[in-house]
Amino acid sequence: MGTLLQFERVSAVYGGSVSALTEISFRVEEGAFVALLGANGAGKSTTLKAASNLLPAERGRVTGGDILFAGDDVTRIDPARHIRAGLVPVLEGRRLFRALSIEENLVTGAIGRGFGHRRIAEGLDRVYDLFPRLKQRRRSVAGLTSGGEQQMAAIGRGLMAEPRLFVLDEPSMGLAPLVVAEIFDALSRLNREEGVTLLVAEQNSSVALRHADWAVVLETGRSSLSGRAADLIARADVQDSYFGGAVV
Amino acid sequence: MMDWLNFLFGVEVAVGGLLSGVMYALVAIGFVLIYKTSGVLNFAQGAMVLFAALTFVSLIERGVPFWLAIVFTLAVMTMLGFAIERSVLRPLTNRSPMVLFMATLGLSYVIEGAAQLIWGTQVHRLDLGISNEPIDFGGIYVSQFDLAAAAIAAAMVAALTLFFRFTRTGLSFRAVADDTFAATAVGLRLNLIRSTVWTAAGFVALVAGLLWGARLGVQFSLSVVVLKALPVLVLGGFDSILGAIVAGLMIGASEKLAEVYLGPYVGGGIESWFAYAVALVVLLVRPSGLFGTKLVERY
Repeated sequence: MGTLLQFERVSAVYGGSVSALTEISFRVEEGAFVALLGANGAGKSTTLKAASNLLPAERGRVTGGDILFAGDDVTRIDPARHIRAGLVPVLEGRRLFRALSIEENLVTGAIGRGFGHRRIAEGLDRVYDLFPRLKQRRRSVAGLTSGGEQQMAAIGRGLMAEPRLFVLDEPSMGLAPLVVAEIFDALSRLNREEGVTLLVAEQNSSVALRHADWAVVLETGRSSLSGRAADLIARADVQDSYFGGAVV
Repeated sequence: MMDWLNFLFGVEVAVGGLLSGVMYALVAIGFVLIYKTSGVLNFAQGAMVLFAALTFVSLIERGVPFWLAIVFTLAVMTMLGFAIERSVLRPLTNRSPMVLFMATLGLSYVIEGAAQLIWGTQVHRLDLGISNEPIDFGGIYVSQFDLAAAAIAAAMVAALTLFFRFTRTGLSFRAVADDTFAATAVGLRLNLIRSTVWTAAGFVALVAGLLWGARLGVQFSLSVVVLKALPVLVLGGFDSILGAIVAGLMIGASEKLAEVYLGPYVGGGIESWFAYAVALVVLLVRPSGLFGTKLVERY
């Protein structure tokens, strides 16, 4: 067990000038379930996109510091190579391919990692086992399924690439509490039973802290606090100020 | 008896129109392929049609056998597609659609100029060995060449459809067309997919170039057939292959029928502008076309 992902004094900007991150540092240990918390606009999404080297696709870039995944500098590796190395992102807002069926969406995840027919079939079994609802909806056009089903499909699409480090951006966004619980339970199972390392950005800090074992809090683009999730839950006073009052 | 003959004549006009519509659809499909993956209206598609036809006919004139010339031209079009993707579009990734459009506009002149430089400027006759004799279907005369062209186009569309529906590369293409950023995040190799699509567009340009070239002669006005594809795209929707086919047929049939039945009332000459008038009306009432994507999502 070592450090899988390491941010060391990382700064990032959008469009050449808008500062998004200022010298943030944190680590994700192999096998951990880490929550990345913070209010809207604190820089959670930017941090995750920087980790997957997706900032250039949105006209942003890392201006300073080091981001290491399994010891390699991620800013030099294109996103497709990242996935092959096991760093798999699930984007904010799910970003399914709306015109494709649920199953076709899942298959694209495996194609992204370069898997063939056998691995695709195995991956589908694994995803349908984790989210039985997706199996019933596999032929449905993704854009017409419910928000919860779309989030499950987005997570499933990531799982098809067999992540070593699974990076999720706001999986609870816009979903009913019961569905959020179902999704976080599934993530916990992945972490415990299959040893997938998780880094999950969440505005819904109470759900995230209940399931994660470590948390990093961002405030206006800086890392302001980190610690064991259990300890942070106890500090309810801290929650209001740092978590944008989003405590449910 | 007179009524029956009039009816037969009408059907003959419509069938002739539908078949020439196939030729419009052929060019329009080349646009749709690239629009779906690169988000750019590739104005150079017409120049590619010309380049393909000119390369093929020049090889034939130098005594190269038919099939070898097809294979060689396809190889040239593949290389051209790759080169365009790599040297023009890739450096402009993430730029506005207008920038990309202007780039392809410039590109069309470069390709036409290069074609002129390599193969000269004279008009070439292209004979595909398909007779232009009409066949009699119970009183309706249909051109053999048009029928053959429609069959070739149908075979090509079937091949493309199977490719996009049932192969992993085809699925990747549809994913990229749907959401480019998500496709990047999923790890799909955009550059490879785009190169593949440019190759497919080159193949479509070759087929269109041969059929149009056989009909009009291989000359520089061939690159102007793109202008006929524009109303087809507006009517069918820029991102729908099915739309390109249906709209091509509709435009082809309606402009011929309009010429014959409405033409006499306004002094004729309708055929050359009727398609554009249709496109204008479509833009007013249904801007995404008959089959174009309107955002469908449940929140």
